[in-house]
Amino acid sequence: MDALVRLLSNFIRTVAIRLPDDVLSALKELSSKESSYWGKAVYSLMFDNINLALEKGVPVCQDTGVLMFFIDVGTNFPYVNKLYDALKVATIKATEEVPLRPNVVEPFDEKNTGNNVGTRLPWIEWNIVPEADYVEITLYLAGGGTSLTGNAKVLPPASGFKGVIEFVLDVVSSYGLNACPPFLLGVGIGATVETAALLSKRALLRPIGSINPNPKAASLERILYEKVCGLEIGPQGLGGSTTVLGVNVEYSARHPATLAVGVSTGCWAHRRGVIKIKSDLTYELPLYKGVVL
Amino acid sequence: MNLVVNTPIKDNVLEEVKVGDIVYLNGVLVTARDAAHERLLKHGFKLPITLKFLPIFHAGPIVKKTNDSWSIVSIGPTTSMRMESLEYDFIERTGIKMIIGKGGMGSRTAEACKKFKAVHAIFPGGCAVVAAERVKRVLGVEWLDLGVPEALWILEVENFGPLIVSIDTNGNNMFDERIKSINSKKFDMLKNLDRELSSKL
Ligand code: SF4
Repeated sequence: MDALVRLLSNFIRTVAIRLPDDVLSALKELSSKESSYWGKAVYSLMFDNINLALEKGVPVCQDTGVLMFFIDVGTNFPYVNKLYDALKVATIKATEEVPLRPNVVEPFDEKNTGNNVGTRLPWIEWNIVPEADYVEITLYLAGGGTSLTGNAKVLPPASGFKGVIEFVLDVVSSYGLNACPPFLLGVGIGATVETAALLSKRALLRPIGSINPNPKAASLERILYEKVCGLEIGPQGLGGSTTVLGVNVEYSARHPATLAVGVSTGCWAHRRGVIKIKSDLTYELPLYKGVVL
Repeated sequence: MNLVVNTPIKDNVLEEVKVGDIVYLNGVLVTARDAAHERLLKHGFKLPITLKFLPIFHAGPIVKKTNDSWSIVSIGPTTSMRMESLEYDFIERTGIKMIIGKGGMGSRTAEACKKFKAVHAIFPGGCAVVAAERVKRVLGVEWLDLGVPEALWILEVENFGPLIVSIDTNGNNMFDERIKSINSKKFDMLKNLDRELSSKL
């Protein structure tokens, strides 16, 4: 268990101090496209910040968020029984050692637990992979400013995709300014409010630049991309042509009487990492080329 | 215009500063966010330090304690708008001259900035390591029982910026204009949505 905890806490450290490869290349591309005065100044400060964080080995943003783990675990992964405890211990260890900001507040006691562990936090979503002997863990650090944008609503199906687009644009135009743009926009479509909300968060886990395999969902991604860019929110809300890192739509089937839509944003410091751990505790980091934990 | 401002901020130095100008700060900067605002204004606590003529920073840092001294690992702005409902009274009560955060603030804060000759400025969000570099020393901390992010961290800063002025002492509000422009663009987009969608979806 010690080796597993060490591996996980080192993974948490990497996610906090280093942006994943897809986010870095998206930011580079956007910064080369942005022509507004403030926009260019903001990008240049962002890259200074990214490099300085790496150099000093400290979190790229002070808000290291609440930790959310999305897990695909094989039923034959030898540490499957230990994984839950290992994640909690690794969270406490990383909070102290990196350090991360203690962000977990118990709502009824108004008390910060000080170690990023609290009731049902870190948040963990489990998927079971039959017969596999590995675990794949996606960690997302959900910062406050970018989580404040989050919203979901159940529309009557007659609202159609027009209603979906209106809802998304209402949310983005009211709160997007504060979500540290350029952000990744995640939209979930489903049967109930919480499934749509969760799918919108899962949409943020998808690689930047990926396209939904359903051609109509892909078309919705494109339409939303154009519209949100057209708002010209710009880097840090100061105006400009680059507002999003991308738009990802995820969906489930719905109920005949409901069309639920969820919206999540992932700020420019989109700290979402993936680790695949095999049965002998060797690992792969698909989003951090060349990085060793 | 680029301007270097020293604390305490006296002699009406801010009055020539306009929306869109850039300020760099030298001197003392104190963090104060949600809980500190509420403790002073809703729960009737007395401030443990005087903030008169000082700037405040809407921020909750990552800190490190070695032996008995604190250092700042990472410190960037938090969403200022969350403090909107309390900021007018906060400015009036404390006599602060500058509020630093991210995103804009609303009309009540702009009113207070005009009346009490203060400004709101933004530091680009997420650039927290760059900001930490400009913090020279932690001079002290108060209300630490609120938790690390919510405590009042009293900092000595040098060349702290770029701070982009978003509300000036005349009450001009850059983000008011931004929001109006975003909303009118949205309005135009939604007008022809039906026709557009019938061909695309
Ligand atoms: S929105 Fe993201 S980059 Fe901005 S302050 Fe929050 S966590 Fe940091």
